[in-house]
Amino acid sequence: MAIETPPATTPTIAPPEAPARPLPFDELRIVGHPLPKVDGLAKTLGQTKYADDLKLPRMAYGKLLRSPHQHARILSIDVSEAVALPGVLAIITGKDLPHKYGIMPVSQDEPALAIGKVRYVGEPVAAVAAIDEETAAEACRRIKVHYEPLPAYMTIEEALTKEGEPIQDYGDGRNIHKFVSYEFGDVEEGFREADYIREDLFFYQGNTHLPIEQHACVAYYAPDGKLTLWSSTQTPHYVHRELAAALDMPRSRIRVIATPVGGGFGGKSELFNHEVAACKLAMLCGRPVKIALTREEVFYCHRGRHPVLMKVKTGVKRDGTITAMHFQSYVDGGAYGSYGVASVYYTVTLNTIVQQIPRYKCEAVRVWTNKPPCGPKRGHGLPQPRYALEIHFDKIAHDLGLDVVDMKLRQAVRPFSRTVNYRRITSCALRECIEKVVEASGFRERHGKLPYGRGLGLAASAYMCGAGTAIYWNPMPHSSAMIKLDRGGGVALLQGATDIGQGSDSVMCYLAAEVLGVRVEDIQLLAADTDFTPIDLGSYSSRVTFMMGNAVVEAARKLRKILFEVVAERLGVPPERLTAANRRIFVRDDLTQFVPFDEAVQLAEARYGQLVAAGSYTPPKIYAPYKGSTVGPSPAYSYAACVAEVTCDPETGAVHVDKIWIAHDVGRAVNPLLVEGQVEGSVYMAIGEVLMEEQDFRRGLHKRPSLLDYKSPTAQEMPEIVTFLIENPDPEGPMGAKEAGQGPLLPVPPAVANAVFDAIGVRIDETPITPDKVLRALDNARAGKPARVGPERVPPVQFPPPIKPEVPPEWRHGIPRPEDYPDPASYTQYVGGSGL
Amino acid sequence: MVAGSKVPLRLRVNGEEYEVLAPVHHTLLEVLREELDLTGTKHGCELGECGACAVLIDGQPQISCLILAVEAQGHEITTIEGLAQGSQPHPLQATFAALGAAQCGYCTPGFIITAKALLDHNPRPTRDEIREAISGNLCRCTGYVKIIDAIEQAAARLRGEAPAPVEVS
Repeated sequence: MAIETPPATTPTIAPPEAPARPLPFDELRIVGHPLPKVDGLAKTLGQTKYADDLKLPRMAYGKLLRSPHQHARILSIDVSEAVALPGVLAIITGKDLPHKYGIMPVSQDEPALAIGKVRYVGEPVAAVAAIDEETAAEACRRIKVHYEPLPAYMTIEEALTKEGEPIQDYGDGRNIHKFVSYEFGDVEEGFREADYIREDLFFYQGNTHLPIEQHACVAYYAPDGKLTLWSSTQTPHYVHRELAAALDMPRSRIRVIATPVGGGFGGKSELFNHEVAACKLAMLCGRPVKIALTREEVFYCHRGRHPVLMKVKTGVKRDGTITAMHFQSYVDGGAYGSYGVASVYYTVTLNTIVQQIPRYKCEAVRVWTNKPPCGPKRGHGLPQPRYALEIHFDKIAHDLGLDVVDMKLRQAVRPFSRTVNYRRITSCALRECIEKVVEASGFRERHGKLPYGRGLGLAASAYMCGAGTAIYWNPMPHSSAMIKLDRGGGVALLQGATDIGQGSDSVMCYLAAEVLGVRVEDIQLLAADTDFTPIDLGSYSSRVTFMMGNAVVEAARKLRKILFEVVAERLGVPPERLTAANRRIFVRDDLTQFVPFDEAVQLAEARYGQLVAAGSYTPPKIYAPYKGSTVGPSPAYSYAACVAEVTCDPETGAVHVDKIWIAHDVGRAVNPLLVEGQVEGSVYMAIGEVLMEEQDFRRGLHKRPSLLDYKSPTAQEMPEIVTFLIENPDPEGPMGAKEAGQGPLLPVPPAVANAVFDAIGVRIDETPITPDKVLRALDNARAGKPARVGPERVPPVQFPPPIKPEVPPEWRHGIPRPEDYPDPASYTQYVGGSGL
Repeated sequence: MVAGSKVPLRLRVNGEEYEVLAPVHHTLLEVLREELDLTGTKHGCELGECGACAVLIDGQPQISCLILAVEAQGHEITTIEGLAQGSQPHPLQATFAALGAAQCGYCTPGFIITAKALLDHNPRPTRDEIREAISGNLCRCTGYVKIIDAIEQAAARLRGEAPAPVEVS
């Protein structure tokens, strides 16, 4: 996800050692089976210790004082009355933490506590540690901050046109954080070739993660000068790096431990103010300090879905074949960078991995506004353009009288190809996904034919299996694992990935147990501890199963090879005849010849000493020869398709989703039960986004910073979900697996919008599809106006001239034939992975 | 410190008597977690909106963030820690674990407590009755599908109609 141009020479990473013999799927005893999660019972018994459940001796409590202004200069801060309060242990303000930090190397813009000015309501200004939470809160109330309000910019339009001091003093222009502008192929030529051109505007509203666990952390500064932070974070490695910058301390003196995360969805993926404050307060008062945020404070942390306004123009042939596309996105970033540079790229750079687009021009801008920073939420930067494009193509099919299924299948990208902007596509079951949901829902028979008020909609999508480049440019592995074998048969697995509920702890145990031939309960797992577990970049961009999975498999394979070698000698057979399962290493075709696992370990330990192996995963070098190409490449893409069936009430405007059919190309389901859970959870979150969720503001204030006012679906709003897992093993995924945590969210919102059109003939071109918008669209139709609700214009932005990279040779004359694509190996520096 | 003076509290939780000192204005949720170290009961909103802090009071599911600890004196309180019989998990705890109904797990204790109250008075709920019963509990991970499945399966097990899940690995 780094945005720097890669260095000209990157060290070649040797592929992992080839396994002695591939592990055939018919021998898999754990992978592919619906096993319980390794942490499941602890969670249901109430024994799992989340960050806020930690309690250390003499622990103090911290509270943050937050800004009541959207945009204001801080003239003075007087803490004297707070200091005088009995029970107060330490107070800090911006001057105590002068070093800014940020998740992206190019956006080091965030102070832990505001320095000089505040940029959104809720921005922390001071922090207090006290003997209890109430004393800390009272001390915050006694801190006097004198502000001078500045002009505030709450929308993109205001940020670009209103006079006054800009929010940030860096970026690509006044109140402009980042511009993106590319043209791949001659788009005008493509439009000239088109039989039909359509242009549409869409708006995707911002919404937030809303994990049920509020952010919490405990910091402890030991007498030896070492700092430990336990925190509810998805990215302990990045927190480690950023914390070192924020505190100006060597990383070797900081240890970050991710506690079990009570829901993340992208919202706990970087360093947060309260984490820095807890650490600094702990260092000052010599006691552990806990900071647990309230629900309202979580809304101010945000980093959720960017509100994005989009304009899309596409030229097509009479049969729907695309000749050119011009896509613009206007991204409302909030007050700080966060992941925004990546987010703004994502709104345009992966629009080519679903439909074949032969000429593609894209322009995007991220604008500063006086709101909590937006960042990555499940699907990071892709749900917005996917909503736009899948509705746009539904309209095109309708305009041309085309069968939307046939058009989708005709437009679909091909497996083992690459796109006009150099995205490498490997395994791809997009067509199978579309065909599956179409068949199961009776879409061909029922679409356009249901009674008024009921409708069906179809949409398709794709997502990354991990960002192919690290956030900070480096040639090192993205994930590593270490396995130690005990002579009693126990297996210690140390790996840095963080379980945020998606089940990564379980997936890694399954993979290690499968390769070593032990039971899942034989694995002892240590996860997400920057001092003791090998690197993992974090639980974001759906990277963990693919990347850490490969690292674990590699480490386990190395040990399997050693064990097979000593067992082969003992049994007098070649190692190729051996296999392992259920704590035995045995002759594949003669079950009576075996050595128990613990004995095999003892034999090997006697020969080699302590048995330890490490595995690492570095993605293939698949970026392209242009600046900015490093946002979007992924070692594999998952594909999904969805049919939604809805009922719309033309009297009330209410939309109810009755049923969802969804097919997800997961490569291989390491545990089908958990993959289904990821798909169902994605559908749920998508339904919330498309029907009700909004992170919005009135005069600078968050309109709904509580779980009651911020509407999210309950069990009553959830439709029946029919899930199909399409297993089409990926050549580089661990045992063929791809991601499942984010991709299945993407096709659902546009499928629902298309179903609303099928039901009552109106287009709701902005989320959420609330009853008032449906009624307004119906009113428009009655008044003879276009039967739609959505944006009418785009802000006045002058995009910079596009970068025009040379397109891959096979795209020079339009959509390539399958035989035109070069061998994928020729455009991948290293195809590794530890596949089958 | 600003907190008012502490008062002695006698609470009966999971069949055990506890005597603690706590600020008079503290909620049952706070006292359970902070004084009794029963951290299985979670807080998600402090306003009675999410259901993560549900406990049983005299068998009825209650939002412990909206009840003062002093009010809970003299009542039988059951938390998630009180459902298992020794090392034997309650059937709801077993089926939630077996079916992947706990993803991040943070809302799980509240769901299990709510579901227990449902099954105690309705041993054969329909899926719609389950949906209604848990509609005051929010989960952001599962889409509720596996939660409803787990409650259905636990109900069947409690009625003696379904075998205990077979250990697979």
